[in-house]
Amino acid sequence: MSKDNQVLEEFTSKEYEHGWNVNLEADEAPKGLSEDIVRFISAKKNEPTWLLDWRLKAFRLWEKMKEPTWANVHYSKINYQDIIYYSAPKQKKSLTGLDEVDPELIKTFEKLGISITEQKRLTGVAVDAVIDSVSVATTFKSTLGELGIIFCSFSEAVKEHPELIRKYLGSVVPITDNYFAALNSAVFSDGSFCYIPKGVRCPMELSTYFRINAANTGQFERTLIIADEGAYVSYLEGCTAPMRDENQLHAAVVELYAMKDAEIKYSTVQNWYPGDKNGKGGIYNFVTKRGLCFGDHSKISWTQVETGSAITWKYPSCILKGDYSMGEFYSVAVTNNYQQADTGTKMIHIGKNTKSRIVSKGISAGKSQNSYRGQVHIMKRASNARNFSQCDSLLMGDQCGAHTFPYIDVENQTARIEHEATTSKIGEDQIFYCLQRGIDEEAAVALIVNGYAKEVLNQLPMEFAVEAQKLLALTLEGSVG
Amino acid sequence: MMLSIKNLQAKIGKKQILNGIDLQVNAGEVHAIMGPNGSGKSTLASVLAGREDYEVTEGEVLFNGKNLFDFEPSDRAAEGIFLAFQYPVEIPGVSTINFMKTAVNKIRQYRGQSPLDAVAFLQLMKEKMKLVEIDQSLLSRSLNEGFSGGEKKRNEIFQMAMLEPKLSILDETDSGLDIDALKIVANGVNSLRSKNNATIVVTHYQRLLDYIVPDFVHVLYKGKIVKSGTKELAKELEAKGYDWIKNEAALV
Repeated sequence: MSKDNQVLEEFTSKEYEHGWNVNLEADEAPKGLSEDIVRFISAKKNEPTWLLDWRLKAFRLWEKMKEPTWANVHYSKINYQDIIYYSAPKQKKSLTGLDEVDPELIKTFEKLGISITEQKRLTGVAVDAVIDSVSVATTFKSTLGELGIIFCSFSEAVKEHPELIRKYLGSVVPITDNYFAALNSAVFSDGSFCYIPKGVRCPMELSTYFRINAANTGQFERTLIIADEGAYVSYLEGCTAPMRDENQLHAAVVELYAMKDAEIKYSTVQNWYPGDKNGKGGIYNFVTKRGLCFGDHSKISWTQVETGSAITWKYPSCILKGDYSMGEFYSVAVTNNYQQADTGTKMIHIGKNTKSRIVSKGISAGKSQNSYRGQVHIMKRASNARNFSQCDSLLMGDQCGAHTFPYIDVENQTARIEHEATTSKIGEDQIFYCLQRGIDEEAAVALIVNGYAKEVLNQLPMEFAVEAQKLLALTLEGSVG
Repeated sequence: MMLSIKNLQAKIGKKQILNGIDLQVNAGEVHAIMGPNGSGKSTLASVLAGREDYEVTEGEVLFNGKNLFDFEPSDRAAEGIFLAFQYPVEIPGVSTINFMKTAVNKIRQYRGQSPLDAVAFLQLMKEKMKLVEIDQSLLSRSLNEGFSGGEKKRNEIFQMAMLEPKLSILDETDSGLDIDALKIVANGVNSLRSKNNATIVVTHYQRLLDYIVPDFVHVLYKGKIVKSGTKELAKELEAKGYDWIKNEAALV
């Protein structure tokens, strides 16, 4: 055991890889939140009045709401007046091409392994890069445009496609939904927008890369994806942040809208700064993600690999409104040191013959706490609904915690629901078996954990599965118990 | 001399299990270690492989002239020690192919060799699969998960073939095998024998030694080698049981 502890020590001293900070000149709002700040943000973005009104309505509602306390996470109270709500890297007013982007910015994304210069682009992946509060570059726009696909920053969509934004903004996650969604609705600064027209299969992965750079800022991005009848899109988001001693708030909202026969696949590799090994610093990640299977035979699939953040509060959900619609949730959540994660999903079955599938794999190490929280709700109308849930927990060491909170509400007797749960520990005999074959302890843990999470990792687009595997290994290096 | 064990003593917790083992193994030799249950056979195998639960309290083990206890378990494997487990471990979600690819390349890395590319690895694998009559579909499945007893042991020998160890220790490889499986496993081991490697066969029964014929047989009792001989000794044990050994040991 003593040797294991030593390895654990070594691992916990492992530095966060993306913890550098770039000196980008920023255009910032003063600290704090008020109606004036909401107006300031809206004015900065030259928004139409209806959107300002929408923000103000959200702000007034938020003021009356209380921060939720039901999650299994503990943190000192957030001072919402001590946060900067808008920060933009300074650059020329409007960009016509990537050559006008600040070279420091391009370097920033290259450090992340995400190239936004099209000469060195990832093959077959279109990227929208969001730094602090604004989108700085979107690649492949013209290629996608030929198919009628709209993929751009949220701000641009407000200008170029106001009818779509006005119709769908808040249609899946209303401003009243929860405290953090209301906050986001009031102060969101940018994000990605995507529309796939009728019958179009998006030929490449769409991807947004988020990075918080400036100090004391919160990031409040908003993503809206609409798949029209028979359309298909696979979307990936990734994120990193510099190492800072103070906690930073990230409260995003993602809305997915799938019409008849449409399919949206949404994958996340979340690698926000988790704080140091003593639990200092790190991102507070309070995110609302929801997909609406509006049309019959529509499908929404969430895949997430959560390795970062000091606190994760996140429940990517599906509302299965259309008959025969289908929702999926595949998750790997890894916590180490003092990280806390409370994550899971909601599957709301409204339509007939709707199906949902939940596969959640929690991995806890160090002194972390990892909770799965999930709800399966079969409404009265939803005859012949089916759900399958599998929630597995893997413990490493004896100071961490794994918790499972499954809720099942059934209002229709024809429903069929299956729930499986397991808790296991990485066995010393498994490690020894690997060692005896010449595989060192770190590689052994990586191998075993990736095997454990395989069912979820297999859901990721190829380009990112490898990245996710490495990230898992890096997060857990040497963490054996 | 490939392996030289002198006065090896080891315990688990407070329980002393090995009480001074002396054993010399040369390249090209096959040694059988027999003995009644609880005599310390598997402990000896585990101590050589470096399992952490055991504490070596006395003695010395040289492997190709180097002090074995200076090496971590994974480095011992890379130096050429292979243990075929009595109870092979299951690793869900990791195929034998993936597992072996990691192992082969880690060992190559230790030896300063470049990793095998996918094609070269597949070629090596195909060649070794034939030796142990193992099917590729089995190797694509999660390691040992849902394998029958025979499949697990055959998989161990397949891994042994892949890693080409200098010293192989087979820990009760015959346990739980029917006669057909036993023959396949033994054939695998025999075809891997050469003048450059050595094998230690740990077994309770003589049966396996009909197929893997040893050059030397040692009887372990209460953590000591109490009798050594040739393959005839194994036959004698089979006929007479272990009681006469126990009685002889008691007289000393």
